[in-house]
Amino acid sequence: MTNVNLIKKAIEWGTEKSPWIIHFNAGACNGCDIETIDSLTPRYDLERVGILKQGSPRHADILVCTGAVTLQTRDRLIQIYEQMSDPKFVIAIGTCACTGGIFEDCYCVTGGIDSVIPVDVYVPGCAVRPEAIISAVDKLLEKLKNAEKDENQQKNAEKIEEKTETAKNGEETAEQKEEPKNDA
Amino acid sequence: MHSDNRITIPIGPQHPSLDEPGRFDITLEGEKVVNAVIGVGYNHRGLEKTCESKTYVQNLYIIERVCGICSHAHGTAFCMAIEQLAGVTIPKRAEYIRAVVAELERLHSHLLWLGVACHEIGFDTMFMYTWRNREKVLDILADLGGNRVNYGVNTIGGVRRDIDADMVETIRKALDALEEETKHYVEIAYTETTLISRLKGVGVLSHEDAIRYGAVGPVARAAGIAHDVRVDEPYGAYKEIPVKVITDTHADVYGRTVVRILEMQESINIIRFCLDNLPDGPLSVRVPRRIPAGETIIRVEAPRGENIHYLRSNGSDIPDRVRVRAPTEANWHGMKHMLEGGYLADVPITIAAIDPCYSCTDRAIVVKSGAKTDCYDWRGLRQYGIDWYKKRGIDVTALKV
Repeated sequence: MTNVNLIKKAIEWGTEKSPWIIHFNAGACNGCDIETIDSLTPRYDLERVGILKQGSPRHADILVCTGAVTLQTRDRLIQIYEQMSDPKFVIAIGTCACTGGIFEDCYCVTGGIDSVIPVDVYVPGCAVRPEAIISAVDKLLEKLKNAEKDENQQKNAEKIEEKTETAKNGEETAEQKEEPKNDA
Repeated sequence: MHSDNRITIPIGPQHPSLDEPGRFDITLEGEKVVNAVIGVGYNHRGLEKTCESKTYVQNLYIIERVCGICSHAHGTAFCMAIEQLAGVTIPKRAEYIRAVVAELERLHSHLLWLGVACHEIGFDTMFMYTWRNREKVLDILADLGGNRVNYGVNTIGGVRRDIDADMVETIRKALDALEEETKHYVEIAYTETTLISRLKGVGVLSHEDAIRYGAVGPVARAAGIAHDVRVDEPYGAYKEIPVKVITDTHADVYGRTVVRILEMQESINIIRFCLDNLPDGPLSVRVPRRIPAGETIIRVEAPRGENIHYLRSNGSDIPDRVRVRAPTEANWHGMKHMLEGGYLADVPITIAAIDPCYSCTDRAIVVKSGAKTDCYDWRGLRQYGIDWYKKRGIDVTALKV
């Protein structure tokens, strides 16, 4: 159990300190894609906070998705999302990725990213500025930390409850044990 | 997937070296590519059909989002088509501002390409340098249009944004800095031995093949074809702007790199010329909401090559048919030829060398069997072209090439 917990903690620490991203274009106009790459290049340089772009979905924690989902990329998007290992998060970059945007009425578009896979952070804008992408990643990391804190608090609370319960049980058993003594 | 000694490797649609979804089935014999099947269409959204249900002004913003990198080229072509149908002449100042933005767009697109191409061959330092310098161009575009991508400078009948005296100074300063950097790129392209030996002889599309497959833009110019719409059929401000067509004879990825780097210098010169000769006057003219019935074809030189827009109007405020033929679509045809005979390791850079834009390309055509079609052979098409120009007062047959 301790080993599993240790590994889990290491993964949590890794995701929080150095989340790796994978980028997928689900049918975007390129605008948000180049801004996503832009946020990794010298002026904005997301890499300095430990964010690294990965090629394989197996190695990534965050799926950065741009564009309205077209019928052709729909299955691919689901496939890539399923290939990612837990814990995984999705950021929808751009108005198209959030709602379908300007392409909402197109016959070959199913809508935003959330019409196919669950999305954690929405970043509207056409095209999204790199500052907004950085802010989105920051928000996601904050959410992660808070989630962890909440989880820890919950665990602690559970532990306390367990302890009190076991203590109570112990007292009860002790009383139960004591009772026959008294009887005897 | 084995047959004899051949292995078929599927690449894409999600792939580290491709930012956009596209699928390539590469058949290998050892390390050599013997067959390549190109699958595009992942980015097909159905823009053209949507345009048929929206007004011209709404369509302008949809058409700008055909592609985020060459959005101005698409917007300009669409505006020019509407203006031609409406019989409107836009003010000189608007034409010049359109040209300035178009050249800025070419600058940022070529810088972007150079970075991506260098990334493909593992020259990541150059990738970072070019993208850092690209920010200078994006700053100007953000000042000018209010947005870094999809600037929305165009409007039907002119432009929406002006270039004032302060702006002219800012652009000049940024251009001076960029020119210095471009000199550095030229030096790298001509002297850096690793770059030259990595790119020379890769993805060859000879002069004859480039003509046969109908290559456009830097791919054609790298094969020695002096094809540039800004010179061949000048539109807007290009009628007055001197444009030097950059050509190269290498006909490979190296040639395309050299052409693009030299074109960046040329773009800087064109912007300087525009700023020096920026005419005074209004920014736009009024265009009626309803466009007279008719059809037209507009050719515009986008950063990737010749961009063609077809527009048919039925006299209402909604177009009857919009058709976009982006430059990448013309360049895809030669791709199979470029890949075959090369090595697997050269596939990403060969694909990247035409600067493919999938969102530009992915249009659909429905071919109905049994419907009446007009099919031209080469002679018929040539005659049609001659007659078309004759109606507009140009006798093409009298021109000497």
